[in-house]
Amino acid sequence: MTELIVPAQTGAPAAESGLMVRAEQVHKAFGPLEVLKGIDLEVRAGEVCCLLGPSGSGKSTFLRCINHLEKINAGRIWVDGDLIGYRERGGKLHELREKEVAAQRRSIGMVFQRFNLFPHMTALQNVIEAPVLLGRDRKASARERGAALLERVGLGDKLGAYPGQLSGGQQQRVAIARALAMQPKLMLFDEPTSALDPELVGEVLDVMKDLARDGMTMIVVTHEIGFAREVGDSLVFMDGGVVVESGAPREVIANPRHDRTKAFLAKVL
Amino acid sequence: MPVRHPGRWLAVAVLAVLAAMFVHLLVTNDAFDWAFMVDNMFRPPIIEGLLRGTVLMTVSAMLIGVTVGVVIAVMRLSDNPILRGVAWLYTWFFRAVPRLVLLAVFGNIGILWSRVEFGVPFDTQLGQLFGIDNLHLRLFGFSSRDILTGFMAGLLGLALSEAAYMAEIVRAGIQSVDGGQTEAAQALGLSRGQTLRRVVLPQAMRVIIPPTGNETIAMLKDTSLLLYVPVSVELFFQLDAVGKRTFQIFPMYVAACLWYLFLTSILLVGQYFLERHFGKGHGTAGRARLRLRGMTAETGGGGNSGMVGPS
Repeated sequence: MTELIVPAQTGAPAAESGLMVRAEQVHKAFGPLEVLKGIDLEVRAGEVCCLLGPSGSGKSTFLRCINHLEKINAGRIWVDGDLIGYRERGGKLHELREKEVAAQRRSIGMVFQRFNLFPHMTALQNVIEAPVLLGRDRKASARERGAALLERVGLGDKLGAYPGQLSGGQQQRVAIARALAMQPKLMLFDEPTSALDPELVGEVLDVMKDLARDGMTMIVVTHEIGFAREVGDSLVFMDGGVVVESGAPREVIANPRHDRTKAFLAKVL
Repeated sequence: MPVRHPGRWLAVAVLAVLAAMFVHLLVTNDAFDWAFMVDNMFRPPIIEGLLRGTVLMTVSAMLIGVTVGVVIAVMRLSDNPILRGVAWLYTWFFRAVPRLVLLAVFGNIGILWSRVEFGVPFDTQLGQLFGIDNLHLRLFGFSSRDILTGFMAGLLGLALSEAAYMAEIVRAGIQSVDGGQTEAAQALGLSRGQTLRRVVLPQAMRVIIPPTGNETIAMLKDTSLLLYVPVSVELFFQLDAVGKRTFQIFPMYVAACLWYLFLTSILLVGQYFLERHFGKGHGTAGRARLRLRGMTAETGGGGNSGMVGPS
């Protein structure tokens, strides 16, 4: 158990304010390497937030802190009003037990750059594994819902296929369906199209657009400027472990205020 | 023009001659005494030794060995430094001591204790502290002679030593699974145990099964070491006894070779089906299996029989 001493709580992390995610002064270091140097972020329910930045800027690390795959060294993150990874008692933060962390993660879906599908299970088994194992659903109804989810991402004919028999784009769509099967309140996307051949990027982005239209709250680490402009409600540009600038995507992309943002956008556009 | 392979034809000719010589030896040399061998290799004591000392012992020792091995491997990979240390110490000890020596030690462990009892540790010493003489806080106990029969002592020695090898094999298997798999399972909200059981171990199996097959075959052969416990209800002990009693040693040794060949062949068939089952979802299984075979030939059973020597 690690304990962090932090100043008394400032402001309410209340869910009723419509905030799905709220991060406050998040710090993360790997040994002597400081990766996050105080990140503040607010994402409203139903919003799509795109995190942009050069590699090594800490955007993926920050994303992984939101579902406690990385432990933060200081600061706090709330998802839907719940403090992630810690319990506050008497001004001190106590790390949650493994089971409690696992319970928190169930309402946060995550999609990885390299898909990370379970290779020994078929597409359908990948999707229903967690809901069945965690007692969310009976096997029969889970299969029905899983098939419907795969149908939704355009893979209704691939239920019995193993990940090794699917293209990258298809695998990533199965991964999205797998995350959705837990009926999350929030979806985290960690460079979901970076490992894909260019002609497969579109099919994954289409599924994500569809999700956004349905009102899913999403945080997307991406290099797809077009996606950020078209689908994003907010854009956060990170560099060197800090948020350099943020705002409406069209605004930031069209008129970046900061030199670093300008330099980055000049390279990727 | 078809391609000619004169080298192959030459090799076939050489092999044909060698095979003919071998068959000639088998048929003409009286020392083989095939009739005697066939008459004696199915005698009841030999079959009993085969079933109990060889087959039952292999199955039991491997079951215990694999179970304990998985536990030790998980301990070895744990975040807890104490568990890691204990697991390391276990593996170190049981891999360092040859199986033959281990079996001799376990066979004679009754010298240390005449009774094996369970209760409060250091009870007499604690009693002394509080002024009570001969305090005995024991729940139950057995006479060493009852519990540490030859079979049990041999089983203990083989199983505990096997667990050390299995721990290393399982550890390698677990480590071969991509870290992204654990992260994906955790992100879905699975607990550590569920992740291990449902995601990591089934994938590790693909790496674990082939060397485990080798271990099982090595174990089958190592049951012949039970002679040093001593365990007399065992295949080789019985065949050897018949040979020595009748002065027909060689036919009985040939019978031993044939029995072990037969049993090992059965295990190989089982291994094939297990590998196929756990290779699910890996389209390029053929290539993967080839690569695995190459690996296990160097690591798995090789190190084992190297340590034990006369297996």
